[in-house]
Amino acid sequence: MDDGNSLVKAEAGKSYRVVKIIGGYGMIRKLNLLGVKEGKTIKKISSQPMRGPVVIEVGGSQVAIGYRMAARVTIEVIA
Amino acid sequence: MKVLLMGNPNVGKSVIFSRLTGVNVIVSNYPGTTVEFTRGTMRFKGEKAELIDVPGAYSLVPASKAEEVAVEMVKEGDIIIDVIDATNLERSLNFTLDLLESGAPIIIALNIWDEACHKGINIDVDKLEEMLGVPVIPTCALTGEGIKELVGRLSEAKSRKVKFDDKWGEIGNIVENVQKVTRRHHTPLERLGDASVSPVTGIPIAILVLFLSFWLIRFIGELLIGYVFEPLFENIWTPLIMHVSDFLEAGSFWHDLLIGQLIDGEIVYMESMGLLTTGLFVPIAAVLPYIFAFYLILSLLEDSGYLPRLAVLMDTVMHWVGLHGMGIIPMMLGLGCNVPGALSTRILETRRERFIAMTLLAISIPCMAQIAMIAGLVGKYGVKGLGSVALTLFFVWLGLGLVLNKVIKGESPEIFVDIAPYRIPLFKAVVKKVWMRVKWFLKEALPFVLLGVFFVNILYTFGIIQWIGKYTAPVVTSLFGLPEEAVGALIVGFLRKDVAVGMLVPLNLSLKQLIIASVILAMYFPCVATFAAMLRELGIWDMLKSVGIMLLATAGVGSLLNLIL
Repeated sequence: MDDGNSLVKAEAGKSYRVVKIIGGYGMIRKLNLLGVKEGKTIKKISSQPMRGPVVIEVGGSQVAIGYRMAARVTIEVIA
Repeated sequence: MKVLLMGNPNVGKSVIFSRLTGVNVIVSNYPGTTVEFTRGTMRFKGEKAELIDVPGAYSLVPASKAEEVAVEMVKEGDIIIDVIDATNLERSLNFTLDLLESGAPIIIALNIWDEACHKGINIDVDKLEEMLGVPVIPTCALTGEGIKELVGRLSEAKSRKVKFDDKWGEIGNIVENVQKVTRRHHTPLERLGDASVSPVTGIPIAILVLFLSFWLIRFIGELLIGYVFEPLFENIWTPLIMHVSDFLEAGSFWHDLLIGQLIDGEIVYMESMGLLTTGLFVPIAAVLPYIFAFYLILSLLEDSGYLPRLAVLMDTVMHWVGLHGMGIIPMMLGLGCNVPGALSTRILETRRERFIAMTLLAISIPCMAQIAMIAGLVGKYGVKGLGSVALTLFFVWLGLGLVLNKVIKGESPEIFVDIAPYRIPLFKAVVKKVWMRVKWFLKEALPFVLLGVFFVNILYTFGIIQWIGKYTAPVVTSLFGLPEEAVGALIVGFLRKDVAVGMLVPLNLSLKQLIIASVILAMYFPCVATFAAMLRELGIWDMLKSVGIMLLATAGVGSLLNLIL
């Protein structure tokens, strides 16, 4: 999978816009419920080494997202 | 009359439950603390009403078992108190709109109101009430603000049968209209929060927190034993008991049962094995101080919100054993007592994960009662004793986890969890929680310890231990290198592991034997309370599998230790 512009490659401390979530209905729904939605602004807080989870800030709360799931969230830098 | 408390995880439902019913329940600062329905009664319009604390969910569209249960519950409720998080209105509103669609009568507690104010989040409550069409009351459950008003307006709960075509659009619309966020600087707690999940700073913080926790537990435990409980027993209880001993005459049936064996005419609390000597000393003087110390530290970790951050840091390691980061929570709780540990595996999503977590828990996580006794048993050898036992169990945990992860079909899901903000634990809340857990220990454990000591007496009196010892010698003696009498500890271990470890004291075992005995006592089988909890969670078939793994692992590890040590 090309995760060049995915959440896992994003830089900690910067804000991004969620472009697309590549996944099935279940996964998209799960992410949506915790505020990760297409078009939403998020801030990446950190990611762990060895394909560890990514922590982001969204809507004033922080959420930890597993590596494989985060790799399916494509983002763009906010101009 | 049934009133339900519902809402997202970690919004404070259980705190409100405690406030309304006066029933104390465990509350913490991480999602998934409440895994079971808790029922209590509250007064409503001069009558008794049943209040049910429903485990948190993010949606009422059933996608998981937990949500299906929640949907079923909604139908039963006469009034639903929808607890929403003022610091995360958007997320909470999704659940609220689901509830509104269900047509249930709803009243909203806009909780964590104080924190929202501090964060610069301004919510127009009247406007929110108008847009949702149901009463909204700002509350701060931890301090009790707004709870009176919530109860006062309970009868205003309204049912609105509505259908939202574009739920997210509607939520966006509401948030835009009622909420104003003023930007402000990060607080020190927030900066610490970010530092705890960044690898460069997070890993040293985790090591520091865990090291400090273990050190404090040991320090407080030893302090209480050395300066409070041992002197109490030695100076006050011993003279009293010696009178009883004289009265009953050593060697009589009642003397053996109540006082036990005198060693050189003296009571030796760890060895005498009487109900009034060892039976009281083990739970109260040897174990309770450590239980208290452990739960004090655990409560601070829980209430501060550190546990989900530790889950993030440990995620990769937990994936090796087939779990994800949140699997650290059953393990941490299990160090106190395996029973709540087993229950808390419900925060894991799949059956596979829960089976692995419970099996690893039962095999390689000794409870604090057992740890306290092992510490006393091998303490004189320093790190070589307790360290060897701990290290062995850690490798068993890791090795067995790797194997189970390979052998059991399926894959573990990814961690996906809300990380609650750091909060400074409230003194009163911590005291209350520690007291509840200590009380629980005394109520649940004390009778079993006494029963255990009683059994030891029966087993010895009728020569049952010697008899079983002869038949189990091939395993216990040849395989594990332990004396035949050690089988007594394995029998009593079914009831209580702490008493079982205590039974090793008079056997004069070598350090090697002590390590082997401590390790196999931890591994071979759960105590009866843990067994019952696991059976309920796993069902008979998976429980049998789990027991099979326990016995095999014990045989393997026990004989291996006997070979290499």
